[in-house]
Amino acid sequence: MTAQEILFQYCLRMGDTHNVLAHRMGEWCTNGHILEEDIAMTNIALDHIGTSRAWLIYGGDVEGKGRTEDDLAFHRDERSYFNMLITELPNGNFADTIARNFMFDAFALLYYSELANSSDETLAGIAQKAIKEAKYHLKHSSNWMVRLGDGTEESHQKMQIAINEVWRFTGNMFEMDDIDQNLADAGIGVDCEKLKDAWMSTIVNTLKDATLTIPENNYMLTGSKKGVHTEALGHMLAEMQSLARAYPDAKW
Amino acid sequence: MTEEQLEKNFQDRIDAEQKIEPREWMPEKYRKHLIRQISQHAHSEVIGMQPEGNWITRAPSMRAKMVLMAKVQDEAGHGLYLYSACETLGINRDELVEQLHTGKAKYASIFNYPTLNWADMGAVGWLVDGAAIVNQVSLQRTSYGPYARGMVKICKEESFHQRQGYEIIAAMAKGTPQQKEMAQDALNRFWWPSLMMFGPHDSDSPNSGNAIKWKIKRESNDVLRQRFIDKTIQQAELIGLTVPDEDLKWNEERQSYDWGEIDWDEFYEVINGNGLANRQRVAQHKKAHDQGAWVREAAKAYAVKQKNKEVLV
Amino acid sequence: MSVDNNQGELWEVFIQSKNNLPYKHVGSVHATDKEMALQNARDLYTRRGEGRGIWVVPSQYIVASDPQENAEFFDPSEDKIYRHPTFYVMPEGSKNI
Repeated sequence: MTAQEILFQYCLRMGDTHNVLAHRMGEWCTNGHILEEDIAMTNIALDHIGTSRAWLIYGGDVEGKGRTEDDLAFHRDERSYFNMLITELPNGNFADTIARNFMFDAFALLYYSELANSSDETLAGIAQKAIKEAKYHLKHSSNWMVRLGDGTEESHQKMQIAINEVWRFTGNMFEMDDIDQNLADAGIGVDCEKLKDAWMSTIVNTLKDATLTIPENNYMLTGSKKGVHTEALGHMLAEMQSLARAYPDAKW
Repeated sequence: MTEEQLEKNFQDRIDAEQKIEPREWMPEKYRKHLIRQISQHAHSEVIGMQPEGNWITRAPSMRAKMVLMAKVQDEAGHGLYLYSACETLGINRDELVEQLHTGKAKYASIFNYPTLNWADMGAVGWLVDGAAIVNQVSLQRTSYGPYARGMVKICKEESFHQRQGYEIIAAMAKGTPQQKEMAQDALNRFWWPSLMMFGPHDSDSPNSGNAIKWKIKRESNDVLRQRFIDKTIQQAELIGLTVPDEDLKWNEERQSYDWGEIDWDEFYEVINGNGLANRQRVAQHKKAHDQGAWVREAAKAYAVKQKNKEVLV
Repeated sequence: MSVDNNQGELWEVFIQSKNNLPYKHVGSVHATDKEMALQNARDLYTRRGEGRGIWVVPSQYIVASDPQENAEFFDPSEDKIYRHPTFYVMPEGSKNI
């Protein structure tokens, strides 16, 4: 793989990650438990779309074949999608969504804080914007973690089940393959292994405030870097891409 | 002061174009009329999120998706501004939502029409929001302060909606033959329902009398409808779409368009629950609300625990 | 009719649009706690960059004057024109005062 191909692949992974999470958050639109929260969730979706676009546009530039953000987002199948598995998990109930987002938000804040030092100026720029958003997202999701964890008996139970379910998808965020290592060594990408301790302490602290416990099962699922996903992703893409693919010549 | 004097003072202030504020004296019928109108307006914004929300997950480009989401989010915001205004009249939102679910409160009937292709996102923004804006601009001068101020804020935000819609339908009208077909189809389906949004003809409008006297409503249904038609025809022509009305004709003398007649049977059928989406709209709202009950309970329980802790400290 | 489906208490929202400007009342939100009230206010009232600062206050703590008492409350200050600088006669030709 050339340096260019490596960087392109890296951009797809992060672009897809934010695109897929944005889509999930967008699915909450008109389904929130209260109107104020409906707005909060679409706001988060908008942040993720913005970040995704930045990654995909840059990816297209790096690739140099003239592919646009839309070509990349709407004209690749699930086996060519490289989003982190955790982001494609269906929304489930509100606790499931909060658990998923919380795990990711805590990661994203650490990740972008590191990426801000990237020797690649575009990536550093993306990171600087994303840090602020990730901070806010983490505040939002951890507040809800605590409210639901320490709310009623029912919400506590739902929150704990949600944490248990999402847990095995968290390891995937820290995985390093050759592409990641190559870019980390070059001072362009982030060594995610090194984020793990700080991430764990965020999780431990918040779960403690929320009166929740860390799951004991430590088996971690993998696959996203090779385009292997849960079945949920295919359905999401089928819907997301339906119109764009039905009329490939159309400009919207 | 006697009731009669209070009422006279009230009407004098209305006639002098003063705004009525929440805690001031007002006739009970004025208060009731406002609650009905503002809550209906709020519910319309909220239910109106659904036909557009229907396409968020299928938006054909990243930009389109972003813009559509921002727009639907604005509708939620407008709903909240209006619920706020309504709550100043001494009714709480729980009760308003309840009224929506039981069917006691209505919302704009236009949202009982389904959105069937992407051009509908254009038509809804351009025509439905366009019609709403004509009405809302007029309502910026309504006599109840919180409602008028809400309208000012809403109008400011709403102008992006109409432009967003027109941009979509204009792009499709000059796109591929299939896109153009979708654009024309959307106009065909949404034109008449948009005109219906202004309500019955003035001669058949039972609630107008007091509403005009109290300056809740500033202009009549027919005046507003004509204004909407006059400003929209040119926009349709410019992008090469045909307004589905054979009687449409410029009237030189009136400097205004003559146009055909609304199918009032359809209007009343849809209002009375027989549109393609009536049941679905309220059912979805209720489902989201009911499924979220445990979350709201949890948030409340958490807040109570926190308060108790503060007391202990 | 009394319905309670826990949509939270009403909070009044005040926004400072720029540094050094006063906080202005913009409307209200529902929330069950302070953090939620702030975040809801942020999402509802500052989506277009309208804010640099937000205050939220539970509506029940707002104390308002009674409109029925406006006459005795506000009218007495109307004839105190000596509180305004234009009341005073300055010698002709005086500058910078």
